Amino acid sequence: MELTNEQIAEYKGVYVYAQQVDNEISGIAFELLGKAKELAANLDTDVTAVLIGSGVKGLADSLAEYGADKVIVVDDPELKDYRTEPYTHALASVINEYKPDIMLVGATAIGRDLGPRVSARVQTGLTADCTVLEIGDFPLNPIPNQEQKHNQLLMTRPAFGGNTIATIACPNNRPQMATVRPGVMQKIAPISGAKAEVIEFNPGFTPDSKYVEILEVVKSVKETVDIQAAKILVSGGRGVGSEENFKLLRDLADAIGGEVSCSRAVVENGWLSQDHQVGQTGKTVRPNVYFAIGISGAIQHVAGMEESDVIIAINKDEDAPIFDVADYGIVGDLNKIVPQLTEAIKAEIANK
Amino acid sequence: MKIVVCVKQVPDTKGGVEFNPDGTLNRAAMLTIMNPDDKAGLEAALRLKDQYGAEVTVVTMGLPKAEDVLREALAMGADKGILVTDRVLGGADTWATSTTLAGALRNLDYDLVITGRQAIDGDTAQVGPQIAEHLGLPVISYAEEIVAVDDKTITVKRQYEDRYHILKAQLPCLLTALAELNEPRYMTPGGIFDAVDAEITVWGRADLKDIDDGNLGLKGSPTKIAKASDKVRKGAGEKVSPESPDEAVSYIMDKLVTKHII
Amino acid sequence: MDFVLSKKHEMARTLFREFAENEAKPLAQETDEEEKFPKETVEKMAKSGFLGIPVPKEYGGQGCDPLTYVMCVEELSKVCGTTGVIVSAHTSLCVDPIQTYGTPAQKEKYLPDLASGKKLGAFGLTEPGAGTDAQGQQTKAVLDEATNEWVLNGSKCFITNGKEADVYIVIAVTGKIEKRGRMMKEISAFIVEKGTPGFTFGTKEKKMGIRGSSTYELIFTDCRIPKDNLLGQKGKGFNIAMHTLDGGRIGIAAQALGIAEGALEATVAYVKERKQFGRSIAQFQNTQFQLADMATKVEAAKMLVYKAAMKKAEYQTNPKISYSEEAAMAKLYAAEVAMEVTTKAVQLHGGYGYIREYDVERMMRDAKITEIYEGTSEVQRMVISANLLK
Repeated sequence: MELTNEQIAEYKGVYVYAQQVDNEISGIAFELLGKAKELAANLDTDVTAVLIGSGVKGLADSLAEYGADKVIVVDDPELKDYRTEPYTHALASVINEYKPDIMLVGATAIGRDLGPRVSARVQTGLTADCTVLEIGDFPLNPIPNQEQKHNQLLMTRPAFGGNTIATIACPNNRPQMATVRPGVMQKIAPISGAKAEVIEFNPGFTPDSKYVEILEVVKSVKETVDIQAAKILVSGGRGVGSEENFKLLRDLADAIGGEVSCSRAVVENGWLSQDHQVGQTGKTVRPNVYFAIGISGAIQHVAGMEESDVIIAINKDEDAPIFDVADYGIVGDLNKIVPQLTEAIKAEIANK
Repeated sequence: MKIVVCVKQVPDTKGGVEFNPDGTLNRAAMLTIMNPDDKAGLEAALRLKDQYGAEVTVVTMGLPKAEDVLREALAMGADKGILVTDRVLGGADTWATSTTLAGALRNLDYDLVITGRQAIDGDTAQVGPQIAEHLGLPVISYAEEIVAVDDKTITVKRQYEDRYHILKAQLPCLLTALAELNEPRYMTPGGIFDAVDAEITVWGRADLKDIDDGNLGLKGSPTKIAKASDKVRKGAGEKVSPESPDEAVSYIMDKLVTKHII
Repeated sequence: MDFVLSKKHEMARTLFREFAENEAKPLAQETDEEEKFPKETVEKMAKSGFLGIPVPKEYGGQGCDPLTYVMCVEELSKVCGTTGVIVSAHTSLCVDPIQTYGTPAQKEKYLPDLASGKKLGAFGLTEPGAGTDAQGQQTKAVLDEATNEWVLNGSKCFITNGKEADVYIVIAVTGKIEKRGRMMKEISAFIVEKGTPGFTFGTKEKKMGIRGSSTYELIFTDCRIPKDNLLGQKGKGFNIAMHTLDGGRIGIAAQALGIAEGALEATVAYVKERKQFGRSIAQFQNTQFQLADMATKVEAAKMLVYKAAMKKAEYQTNPKISYSEEAAMAKLYAAEVAMEVTTKAVQLHGGYGYIREYDVERMMRDAKITEIYEGTSEVQRMVISANLLK
């Protein structure tokens, strides 16, 4: 439902959903606070973190250290493990009570579940998976007979597997809600000893048919890698040839302080697990350096890595499409080049 | 058991994305397919039908040509197809799309609603949970495995980053399906012959139940596009063909050092 | 004249292409290299109804027309000639004769399992001393009145789906009859099930192409089958065999067409990539002209194959007409086009075309058989000219 300008004026402040799992704040919450602080400075307002869980009040200080001016805590036994309905009720109630201008949620498995449901409940728009957030005018340029609104949240997101980019505003509804891709926003250097105003709020929880019962929580025993957090990725494709040969890439990654990732073909061959996969059906990464080794560069793969700052490709096929996106392309045999490169890097680092 | 599956027709990116000479997407050259997550949702419904017996109704919102995905769904084994199409629905964001589909679903009986997690052209993952909110249904998003179903409940495995939950929800309930949920079946030739002859129910604005005009189409979309552009492909950088591995390594080392990477 | 495919056929083609690309293509090289029958693909095809395309729904089939079946074999053969012929031999040579000549009881007993792909079919006519010449048949079937059983003795060779099939149509001599003053062999057709005592397999043939298809000798030694397993009337076996081959030839024509199309597609992609003297070989006029000839012939072959399929469809509503000539023309032309196009494809690939890593090498070997089995090109010419000169 569209709001009038008077109604919109009632909504103030930049709010962040401070995701916690097992009463430990997720990294995304700090990243969002970093961004929120910047947006709040632009809007001359303050930053509020919304902390939802059971027995989580003690976590408020760490949020203050990363930039929260206020922390609203919703603490209730119903909120022990994440469940869509009670968490939606908690966050939607906070929004209805405190009327934030901007509400940021991490685009994590939890945030992408919680965000849509909350936005529908508070009847506002939600822009998913944003990579850029800034304050500006909407429409960007004045249009005759249309009011140009200032101080709007402009939310930029890739779509279509990264092939299109759209900047979206939510001019007539509040709050302006976005989920934000993890690993994109910068957290601030923590200010130790910082304190926030802590507000406790409990809207009351009455289980109904929308409450889902958790029968079992199983923590994955398998070690998952977070290739999105890595600054350097050593990525291999079908050209690596075998599971054993990935050792060459792992050695290089260890030497240079990076992680190993891969293309879809590698996952399909069972050489590495799915959490290593870069691309349209895997993860989107933007490390400082991306080594594409034995990767032909199918569009689905490129969509997931072309934002990397520096792309170095090694491939024996001089016509491989990966060379069309690589900053530095080397036509050659990875089996010979990679081990030597690893040694050269080790030597270089040792000499420093 | 009555199951409603929501599907979307999307451009196919699997065969390679086509680009215009200026680097923008050539949408006209791309074929359309049933969105992969939605197809997994449909397969989940068809498996429940095979196992327990169910009536599977497939709903899509889109242009008249979106009828094709409904026929594909019928050819895979769905029982009924409903196309929600109307000029006033065009330009909808996820909010307006979910209110529209909720308005359509209010005309139907269901025990279970399944949507895909997200569409490959939008990647938002919002429409499913939002439909559930409009209809007051419990939602289990990112369903990875349907563990059990009985008259009143459904038990589902749902993946989070480092764990999974086994969740039990009361019916009616809405699931959003991951492509990993299953491997969808192919259509059958006979299914295709029947599907082409089958009648598709077409619903327009007037058929949507309990919906305000202010929540439909472009006008009813809270999010507005400020600007959109197809990403122009980054150009190729340098390419060298060194004579020896030594030469290749010194080339890379030079770049790593001058770029202050090591 | 209408050269536009219906919506049904367009959708069916999309299905077959998707299946071929996802399921058959990734295994094509291994199937050939290791002479491995693609069992998993056959199971997947069964699940998707590909093994009962032209069978009526009342018998558990898909209830589609011959053109749909032809497109299935075509699309499969584009990526894997072996997979194409498995469907063709099963459908045209086993399912079709039972559907056409079977008694209601035989149809009920065999068609549902064959159409669902639970069972696979094969056809045994050729013998070491008799190919298309049915009078050279040596395999005998004698009725044992005491037990009401036919007793089969003899052997059949080069049988497609040989050891993998479950149901076999077997042609055998059941006596002698006088025809125009000459003593001729009386020939009949039978349905034989795998596992029947006395029915065994000889050695597996090692072939030039379609190497994943299971080609075996069938051996019958006092093999007893129920009297009711006579297919059609006694003495009508030759007609049944010839009529079955008419249909089979459309399937093989579709296989040949698919192989030619696959080679053409691979070559078009290759010549755009491959660079010589600083430009892609697609820019050379020789390449362009070769491709033009290949594409034109493939298109002409397609017209003949689809027309034969349409004629068979017409026959199903009006059994008085014959599609024998159309089938022969389609197979003759499509097979020769397949051979020519794959040979040119290898040539345009240059040295790489001769290497097993490249699909056209396999396609050229696969193409050759289409000029030979289910009636050589020479036999097709005999059939066509006999129709002209009758």
